[in-house]
Amino acid sequence: MGEFKVHRIRFFDYMPSAIRAMAFSTRTERLALARADGALEIFNFSDNYFQEKVLPGHDGRAVEALCWVGPRLFSAGLNGEITEYDLENLRPRYTVDAYGGPIWTIGVNSQGTLLAVGCEDGTVKMFEVLKERIQFQRNLDRQRGRIISLSWHPSGTLIAAGMMDMIRIFDAETGRATHRLVVDRGAGASKSKEVVVWSIAFLSDYTIISSDSAGKVQIWDGLNGTLIRTHLITKWDVLALSVSQDESSLVAGTSEGTVVQFQFLSSTVDRLDKDWVRTRTFKNHSHDVRALAHTETAVVSGGMDTQLVVRPLLDKVEKNTRESAIRKVSFPHRSLVCCAKKAGVLLFQFPDHLELWRLGESDGYGKPGGSLPVKRGPEKLIQLKRKGEDHICCSALSPCGGWLAYSTVTSFRLYRLLNGSISICKVSKLPKDLRPAHQLCFSTDSSKLFASSSNSSVVVVALNEPECKYLGTLKAKYGCRQPVHLLSASDNGKWLATANTDCEVHVYNLDKLKLHCTVPVYGSCPTAMAIHPTTSNLVVVHADQQIFEYSLVKKEYTEWSRRLQKQGLHSLWLERDTPITHVTFNPKNPAHIIVQDLFMFCIIDKSLPLPEAKNVLYNQMTLRSLPEPDRVLHSHGFKICKDFQHLLCVSLLEDHSLVVVERPLLDIVSQLPAPVRQKKFAT
Amino acid sequence: MVEHGDIRVVRRGGSKINFRQPVITNDSRLLLCASGHSVKVFSTSTEECVHELRGHTDLVTGVVVKPSNHLQAYSCSLDGTIRLWDFTDGILIKTYDIGYSIYSIHTSAFHKGVVFTVTSTISDKKSESFQLVAVHLPQSGDQLVKAPELSAVISDVSSNPGAIVFGRGGEYIASANGLHLEVFFFKKQKTYRFFLKKDTKTGGKNTFMCVAAHPKDDCIATGHEDGKIRLWRNFNHQKEYTYSTLHWHSNAVSSMCFTPEGTNLLSGGVESVLVQWRYNDVSQRDFLPRLGAAITHIAVSPDGALSCTSHSDNKITIIQGIKVSAVLQGLVTGESVETDLMVDPRSKALVLNGKPGHLQFYSLKRDKLLYNLDIVQQEYIHQLGLQQFKVVKVAFDASGNWMATVEERKQKDAEQELNLKLWAFDEQTQSFVLNTTVADPHESRITAMCFCQAAASQTTMLISASEDGHFKAWQLRRLAPGEDDGPSCLCDFVGAYRGLVPYCCCFSADGSLLAVSFQEVVTVWSPASWELLATLSQPPKAIRNLCFGRLSCSKYLLGTTDDHLLCCWNLLTCSLEWSTSMDISLLLGDPLTENIAAFCCHAGSTDLFVFKPSEPRPVFSLKAVCSGKVTHAVFAPREEMLESCEESSQWLNHSQLYFLTQCMDLMTFTTKAEEEKLMASSKQLLIDDSVAMTPFYLLLGKHRKGESGAAASGESAGRPPLPPLPQGSGAVKELLRTPAHVLPSTSFLCSMFVKSLLVSVGDASEESKPAEEEMKSEKEEEDSEGDMESSASRPERGSLARRSAEPAAPPLTKAQLRELRRVKKLDHSWLTGLLRS
Repeated sequence: MGEFKVHRIRFFDYMPSAIRAMAFSTRTERLALARADGALEIFNFSDNYFQEKVLPGHDGRAVEALCWVGPRLFSAGLNGEITEYDLENLRPRYTVDAYGGPIWTIGVNSQGTLLAVGCEDGTVKMFEVLKERIQFQRNLDRQRGRIISLSWHPSGTLIAAGMMDMIRIFDAETGRATHRLVVDRGAGASKSKEVVVWSIAFLSDYTIISSDSAGKVQIWDGLNGTLIRTHLITKWDVLALSVSQDESSLVAGTSEGTVVQFQFLSSTVDRLDKDWVRTRTFKNHSHDVRALAHTETAVVSGGMDTQLVVRPLLDKVEKNTRESAIRKVSFPHRSLVCCAKKAGVLLFQFPDHLELWRLGESDGYGKPGGSLPVKRGPEKLIQLKRKGEDHICCSALSPCGGWLAYSTVTSFRLYRLLNGSISICKVSKLPKDLRPAHQLCFSTDSSKLFASSSNSSVVVVALNEPECKYLGTLKAKYGCRQPVHLLSASDNGKWLATANTDCEVHVYNLDKLKLHCTVPVYGSCPTAMAIHPTTSNLVVVHADQQIFEYSLVKKEYTEWSRRLQKQGLHSLWLERDTPITHVTFNPKNPAHIIVQDLFMFCIIDKSLPLPEAKNVLYNQMTLRSLPEPDRVLHSHGFKICKDFQHLLCVSLLEDHSLVVVERPLLDIVSQLPAPVRQKKFAT
Repeated sequence: MVEHGDIRVVRRGGSKINFRQPVITNDSRLLLCASGHSVKVFSTSTEECVHELRGHTDLVTGVVVKPSNHLQAYSCSLDGTIRLWDFTDGILIKTYDIGYSIYSIHTSAFHKGVVFTVTSTISDKKSESFQLVAVHLPQSGDQLVKAPELSAVISDVSSNPGAIVFGRGGEYIASANGLHLEVFFFKKQKTYRFFLKKDTKTGGKNTFMCVAAHPKDDCIATGHEDGKIRLWRNFNHQKEYTYSTLHWHSNAVSSMCFTPEGTNLLSGGVESVLVQWRYNDVSQRDFLPRLGAAITHIAVSPDGALSCTSHSDNKITIIQGIKVSAVLQGLVTGESVETDLMVDPRSKALVLNGKPGHLQFYSLKRDKLLYNLDIVQQEYIHQLGLQQFKVVKVAFDASGNWMATVEERKQKDAEQELNLKLWAFDEQTQSFVLNTTVADPHESRITAMCFCQAAASQTTMLISASEDGHFKAWQLRRLAPGEDDGPSCLCDFVGAYRGLVPYCCCFSADGSLLAVSFQEVVTVWSPASWELLATLSQPPKAIRNLCFGRLSCSKYLLGTTDDHLLCCWNLLTCSLEWSTSMDISLLLGDPLTENIAAFCCHAGSTDLFVFKPSEPRPVFSLKAVCSGKVTHAVFAPREEMLESCEESSQWLNHSQLYFLTQCMDLMTFTTKAEEEKLMASSKQLLIDDSVAMTPFYLLLGKHRKGESGAAASGESAGRPPLPPLPQGSGAVKELLRTPAHVLPSTSFLCSMFVKSLLVSVGDASEESKPAEEEMKSEKEEEDSEGDMESSASRPERGSLARRSAEPAAPPLTKAQLRELRRVKKLDHSWLTGLLRS
């Protein structure tokens, strides 16, 4: 496997933002997730829960509710605006002010023609969904108090709206309120406090389910306006509700961090009348569960503790498969760290600033596994604040450490770093074609900058001291609209590979600035890729953990890749639940590929045999403890190292030392606000 | 060896009543529980034992009420039989012989003529696995029936009866064992199995402990080792089953029960708190805390009015609503009985450790706890690892006026705390009152303590021997009423011998000699002068037990040593009379006869020898009395002597020998004659409790006091009724026994009834009067009946016909017979009248 000097870095204090809202589209199997800083993330549930797209946040935008209308995504927030997003260019398409104060909730009817929003001033406003935009239609009867939550009846004729202390049922056609359901306040001291109906669901059998700040989940008869059952599930608030598509199951998220499932069951085997019964309790969060989605096979929850948890319902999936494992997404599925290999400088990307660090140095020699004395500690060189209200969407540092570029939704900035990266100056004269980018990449010799822009095109800019020159735009074939999320340039400066969320991988010849070839499209999204410096083979890792090696010269899969596909990867490798986010190569040994995900990094030795499917996949730690003959027997091409956890970046510097950036989850937990107080047994 | 075919080891008195789940009868008046070899029937209101259903020859392992007749109950036992009882009268109706040891029994109303029993799997006996079998009980009139039809229902079940339950009218049966739950639907003949992981990541232990099924809904509640309760639903799907979890208990849930309406779920565990969960709103709970000891079983009466919990300290608590209404306390035999078994000479009660820090006085004859005496008089704190005062020694003097107790506490890194307490019997309160406390009577643990058993005059002597190498003699003296102060307890003498540690001490029967064993040396002292009279030694091992012979054998001193030697010294010659080699764990002298009982540990089981020191042959011997070592036994004097002439059972005439087995079961020896006597007496007993508490009952009760036994014997013998009855009571009885629809008019009855309440002036002609009275009443009734007929004429025919069919029913009271006779007469006249017209 080889021995490395490791820079173990734990000073990247990246802090994800709390999850605020969620919407799941069963048609496209995509989950839209809104964070407290206004950022939106799109997860593709059919492709291993891969985080496909990230729309950077905006200072003034606090998304309170999300809603899919077909493939279109709408959000509403406390700034009183409804926003539709352009998912191809990863930016808001337009915003419409509802003129009703802060908007708490948004809902679309099952036909997808009308959008209803609940406003602070007590109105439910209806917007007509047109092809290109939305248009205000009318107000429903105005009520006292704000509208916190609303839900359409599947027929589209009725709307139930949760308010303070009550639930209103509106006739969607006439706009008149037909029922007023009074919700009980909490017992004791909270009697004087208004109860907030945080979430509401209107089922097709005219049952209304509400959850409120008194800790109740209540089941109402929506036709007669009567209360059927009350389930007290917590002492605190029940913040979110979600009903499964077939309306047989329902989940409620509480401030205690629990998710409580209710099921629509018949009391005895042969009877038909059914009842909502509280069944399971999931406790995967330490803080408020603010957003919930009930997919066909799983409960998806997120909240204040910033983690997205996908908890499969074991009665709906095959046991002991990849689907039955619980998944927690705590970090973005893309790299926030950029490492200048030659200069030994790290760039950390935060939503509102960039940090530049120089690595520490050591001249000692130590035993494997031990720690070396530090001669010079790591040093923070620059903290660069972004300009404007838009958050940083991508950034890059040139390998020589002399150039720094970042982009937001609206602007692109390039900086020149001088004097060993200590002084910085903005490059003001930029070519006009260099528009805000989705992804940035420098060439290995730091002479070119590649910036992906709309329609999968890549702008190539030559970097020169006084002025940057636009060299050309690399365009894929016509019809590619999805944004490029991966860029990789070869070391010899000849090739550039791009990958977009349509799973297409294009390779361009940089000498001719033309498309060289397109790698055969594989059904899963690429999560990381790199071009081998010597053999010019492109290694692509996909969201379903498959690894391909494609020869750019021969324009075909390499022998090793074919062998790998023929034999198949080990099941333990395939069952890992975080995608590979980085691929590099070992310049000393061309047969080595270094890949990294959140929990391990692995050196794939192409010269060694592949692990047999039936054998146990030993990692290096256990292999070392085995006796010598066994070790040879069990050794295989996948050398996995789990010494470092919560890895955000593994990179090999020019001096063959390894940079490992860790972000322990405990550090994140310790920065969260205190959770609600709970009585624990024996405390 | 002596023949001993008719002497058996039985459990009699003091056996566990918390072994299996108790059963409350349909009317909530009686409670049935398995207790040793018998089933006990308790009254839920008075806490008295109403009947003891005897008949099984081994441990009873289950009791259930027969679903088709709520006045009968099945019981099963390890002896391989199921017995059907009429528990209100205490009569054995039928015995079904299964042939295999039965570990529990389950019934449901859905299955007629079938009971479900748990037996061990026949194939291999080494790996203890059990199966649930359905037993078809054959319909036959015989007393003893063989039930050959067995069919296995579920294999691999738990032997714990709480882990098997019938659900919703017997449509399915759920059984939990280890980590899996199995549900068998009878209609579809289909089994569903659900497995849990052994441990969860958060440290939960998922082993199933008990199961309960909702009576109306398809919902199974399971209790788990980590205190969780899971409510399973939708379990007719192998995959889409679901459960919700309730968690209050901090330790394993040992028992659960749904109320008959299914509105509440009761659960209990080590916390000794009964938790009541609302089925519809599980967040609401009610608690009944401080029940005293860990809950082992919970049962609810069929009408839901009562529930009861069994506890690990051999107690059943009957709970009405959420309040304790009655407590049935059995003999508490905890992990160890440090005080040894003792008999209180005054109340003849068995005395031993009870609740922590208490002594219990348990009447073996009535099989009832008399009272608990708080010895330590300190709050007991339930906490693991906390060392508290324990009562370790107790002794009574011959008259029962004095009791001495020793309590000790050994704390880590601290000196031993010892207290010697002397208790005097107070005639007024009829209990022991603390007289003197001697703090630190010795410097080290007290190894033995005994009173001088001679009928002393003024003072009583107590000897205490300790590990510090001394024994002390204490003079006790009851204060005369005049003198207030002055010590009532004085240390009279401190003895030692060569710095050796004394282990046993023993007074001779007349109190003239005291034997104290110092390791391998026995010293004999004169208590009058405190002179060392003699030393007897039998090297090389230490003396384990010491015992003086009594009556004709009082010149002998017996001792056992650690190297398996039984020695008998003659005190007149101060020489070893005889010795024999056996591993005796306990040597015990009968205080009333010269017999000595020796429990001898041999090859894992214990043998009993009863012998007289003067005779070479044992009076009685019994091999393999029980498995394990017997270390506690006592001779309890009988209240009335047995008249047994057989040589082998004569030693049981004066007193009864009780002993504790290794698993803390109290056992005794019984002779065949004694057993027969008991059986006979139990069959004669008839208690009529069927009358409700009304003014009529009070009237009747008053009458019955007068008649008492005579009535019973009179009825059973079938003689003409009751010479010593007060006038009129016959009429009242008749009035109450006759069905309402055949009674004469109320106006007539009233005068008769009032007349019956008057006190008769003279009972001069006892023989003639009742007969006369009866004649009269009969005549009167005839008259009245005539009246009735004139008014109520024809339409009576139907009822008459019905009644004439009735006589097939067996128990006819006198009054009914008379009625019948009259009806026949009437019927006839009426018929003739009809013919004539």
